[in-house]
Amino acid sequence: MRWLGAVRPSRDCASSRSSCLARLWRRTGDRMPAGGVGAALIAGEMRGHPLRTLIGILAIAAGVAMGYAVQLINRAALGELSATVNSLMGNADFELRGPRAGFDEALYPRIARLPEVAAASPVVEVDARVAGRDEALKLLGVDVFRAGYVTPNLVGRVEQADRRNGAKGTSLDLLDPDTVFLSPAALTWLALKPGDTLTVQVGLGPVALRVAGVLGASGDAVRVGVMDIGAAQWRLQRLGTLARIDIKLKPGVDAEVFAHSIAPLLPAGVAAVTPGDNAHRTSMLSRAYRANLNVLALVALFTGAFLVFTMQALAVLRRRAQFALLRAIGVTQRGVLRLVVSEGAILGVLGAAAGLAIGFALAAAVLRYAGGDLGGGYFEGVQPRVRFDVLPAAIFFALGVAASVLGSLAPALEAARARPARALKAGDEEAPASRLRTKRTVTAALSAIAAGVVAALLPPVAGLPVFGYLAIALLLLGGVLAMPALARAVFAVLPRSNHALPQLVLAQLANAPGRATIGLAGIVTSFSLMTAMAIMVSSFRVAVDDWLQLLLPAPLYLRASPGGDSAFLSPGDQAAIAATPGIARAEFLRATQISLDARLPPVSLLARPIDPNHPGARLPLTTAPLVPQAGDAPPVWISEAAADLYGMQPGQRITLPLAGRRLPFTVAGIWRDYARQFGAIVIDASDYRRLTRDTRVTDAALWLAPGVAPAQAIARLRESVPGGQRLEFAQPGEIRAASLRIFDRSFAVTYLLEAVAVIIGLFGVGASFGSQALARTREFGMLRHIGVTRRQIALMLAMEGALVALLGVLAGLTLGLSLAMVLVHVVNPQSFHWTMSVHMPWGLLAALASAVVVAAALTALLSSRAAMSVDAVRAVRDDW
Amino acid sequence: MMLTFANVSKHYDGTTPRNVLRGVNLELRAGECVAIMGESGVGKSTLLNLAAGLDRPDAGQIVFDGHDLATLDDDAATLQRRQKMGFVFQAFHVLPNLSAAQNIALPLLLNGMRAKDVPPRVSFVLLAVGLGGREHALPRELSGGELQRVAIARALVHQPRLVLADEPTGNLDHDTAMRILALLRELAQKNGAGVLLATHSAAVATAADRVLRLTPDGLEPYAPGAGG
Repeated sequence: MRWLGAVRPSRDCASSRSSCLARLWRRTGDRMPAGGVGAALIAGEMRGHPLRTLIGILAIAAGVAMGYAVQLINRAALGELSATVNSLMGNADFELRGPRAGFDEALYPRIARLPEVAAASPVVEVDARVAGRDEALKLLGVDVFRAGYVTPNLVGRVEQADRRNGAKGTSLDLLDPDTVFLSPAALTWLALKPGDTLTVQVGLGPVALRVAGVLGASGDAVRVGVMDIGAAQWRLQRLGTLARIDIKLKPGVDAEVFAHSIAPLLPAGVAAVTPGDNAHRTSMLSRAYRANLNVLALVALFTGAFLVFTMQALAVLRRRAQFALLRAIGVTQRGVLRLVVSEGAILGVLGAAAGLAIGFALAAAVLRYAGGDLGGGYFEGVQPRVRFDVLPAAIFFALGVAASVLGSLAPALEAARARPARALKAGDEEAPASRLRTKRTVTAALSAIAAGVVAALLPPVAGLPVFGYLAIALLLLGGVLAMPALARAVFAVLPRSNHALPQLVLAQLANAPGRATIGLAGIVTSFSLMTAMAIMVSSFRVAVDDWLQLLLPAPLYLRASPGGDSAFLSPGDQAAIAATPGIARAEFLRATQISLDARLPPVSLLARPIDPNHPGARLPLTTAPLVPQAGDAPPVWISEAAADLYGMQPGQRITLPLAGRRLPFTVAGIWRDYARQFGAIVIDASDYRRLTRDTRVTDAALWLAPGVAPAQAIARLRESVPGGQRLEFAQPGEIRAASLRIFDRSFAVTYLLEAVAVIIGLFGVGASFGSQALARTREFGMLRHIGVTRRQIALMLAMEGALVALLGVLAGLTLGLSLAMVLVHVVNPQSFHWTMSVHMPWGLLAALASAVVVAAALTALLSSRAAMSVDAVRAVRDDW
Repeated sequence: MMLTFANVSKHYDGTTPRNVLRGVNLELRAGECVAIMGESGVGKSTLLNLAAGLDRPDAGQIVFDGHDLATLDDDAATLQRRQKMGFVFQAFHVLPNLSAAQNIALPLLLNGMRAKDVPPRVSFVLLAVGLGGREHALPRELSGGELQRVAIARALVHQPRLVLADEPTGNLDHDTAMRILALLRELAQKNGAGVLLATHSAAVATAADRVLRLTPDGLEPYAPGAGG
């Protein structure tokens, strides 16, 4: 931008403006014309084409806004979640964490007595179902005398005001087995105040707890309640077990060395977890989802940059003679380059600034209305708030400017390199575009596609499909680079018409596909991305639906609670259910979690009746099952995610931490699971009960006697089972509908980003045809002179738009199919560890393709209105 | 009479309203070539626009081939141009993405000529303008003179009744200009087409049957060699 510095014209300029300008510009050496002139050229261009300028700014703004909003949302949600975890860990150097079902409390005194330990605080942790709500509230049981040293945030405070208000608040409430202290966020969420009663469900029965006070220092957004540890073990039915032990070490003791030294003391399934491990595990929960969202946001930014490229390329084509004139009167190549790049930079600066503002507002709105996981279900119980930080804003601002500058670079180089003498000649507009059809471009296209194929075959990096994304980028690049040659080849072989208009259209496209190619590339990019997403989402949706059908063979299902782990069915409840008239058969399932790696989220353990000889009757197996032989360890069937994350294979002998022991099992098969991203292991219910003595279950599949309707069975179960009113019932259709609703909600944001890409693509078409039409104003004028009506010109443009779009759609469909293969077979398995078959949504694709072709035809028509509105006389006014 | 201007006036509104034509009278016979001379801005182009039905007079009447052009709507005027008029522009206006033959064939195709009749007609005209063998050349491969030959061929290929030419040789050197002009006259005469030629070149004007000078007060006979 240094050439924008002011250089004032001398007095003798008044006589001959052009020669004066030439002298001025020569005086600046390799620079563009003096400040005011350069700025005036840019300002004039922007003033002359305000819509084009606005679209360029909005395109960059959309990309920046998407990326920035996703970053703000993730950062806010993760920050809040980390704050929650840190708040709950207090001053602890680390914690000993066991499986979801807990571990024997006998470990606590052994740890507390170790000389390195300054203080140890035992904790019971239960996600309790709150009466009347689906979401669970985390209830912690702590020993206030221990917690005061290690996790003072978890010690409740009896409000003096509450006493004045008549609430029965005393310091002894801290030890009262009927009291609970709630965090401010929990009080707000539950609409409770000190003195009120909180009712939670334990088993199938209610437990009433008086809210005795507030957890003052627990953070604004943490929904948690704290009870006395003894009360929690008793009232929440966790007698003899702990969930974790928070440990504060004496000064000078190395936490890592100490954690390593106590490992032999720990029962199987209990591990030393540092705050860092907790943060890592927390971030891992949504990492792949966030990575994919970020990539989608980058796609939006890429399409923004592409639109800037499209518009700048066409603007450069339109102003080819103008630049040639500048070159002729003394502006250097570098000067022209700077002029065009500066235009891009200005668009980038304005777009990025607008994008930051829009992104911030978008993030605030999304966090307010959709939560921190955009419907993904990763951050339940957390209410994050958006916060402005300079560094991320600066990064996204720079990205926006860089995208716009990069989008302008190729057109700028083209403008700078054009030979002035040739560029001044009419009809030379095709020359730069024809360079896109060179052998070198075709070679580059084929190389990019080949590299993309190779990248798709490479393994993930740090659990993320980095090469998968690279493959998509390379295939997209290859596809776009191949378009000029493809367009040339296709339009050249199309049969010629004997009618004037079709002949004009086909000749225009066959002989000048370069200009059309720029719009075409926009359609190919957006339609291929749209196709790929549509195929991937459709494949996924069909796979989930098929999976649910196999997984839900019974006509009726019940569960103790929709969320949390405080509700369960005792052996008595199970017997009552099985004995209820009208229930022909009941299969019970116990769902719990075990940790196989402290730095990863826990693995789900599902105990249910499985016939080892026919596991495929209940599980969607992806491999042929191994039938266990006599003497083999008990069989387990692992999900694809468990196989990927822990490197388990069918036939492998593994050990799992159950009931405080490390027990041997044989991996008897791998099954498809779309519900648990961090792995699930199925064990036969009888093996589980035998090995753990855990007789509680959480869910049941019910087969009904002939003639019994689900509604009748539900009514009888509610009567015959103690606490049956709290049971949750669902029929397979309802579960499938609810699951697919969640599925659609999770993908809502991808639809939004996809729509943005398509709109940007159509803007590209509009810009392309608008600029083409302006460049062809004289042509239209001449046609009007020789007897072509306005309607015929409009029809001609619409036909050109439709034909270009049709080729773009067909190419985009092919390219999109390849991208979908990468998404389905590389990105999905590497991100989420699940596989699926490809399902082509032909109806949707046909509808989208038709819509894009029609939209492109209309866009071409609308964007050409300005050129067509120039009357025939003015269009050729150079001559008349 | 093929084209008649009867007391035609035209003025333009704007920041400085301007009377361009005042009381213009003109008669053009079939096969006749009339050159209109005059200073820049005097209204030569306006006169040609009015003759083409691209603009309408504020007063007076323009009759072409028996039709009062002012009574024709846009489509009807377009049809008149398509069927009965040919245009030659100073900057050629040859479509850059069509070959020479395709450019020339345009009026025939627009007029619905049968496909099999088009190539022989185009070849004939190409030969007539001296571009035999160049039918597949794209405009960027042609010289200025060749481009104007293509434009003349396009203007005459459908055998129009009237050829309107504005500075048709303005972008050509003197020798080429004179050859092109002779060609235009010859072909127009063969077709019996009237030619209305706007030019500021006395040399070009001498090639016409009659030369008229356009002044603010109307058209008046003019002899280029006689000065004034």
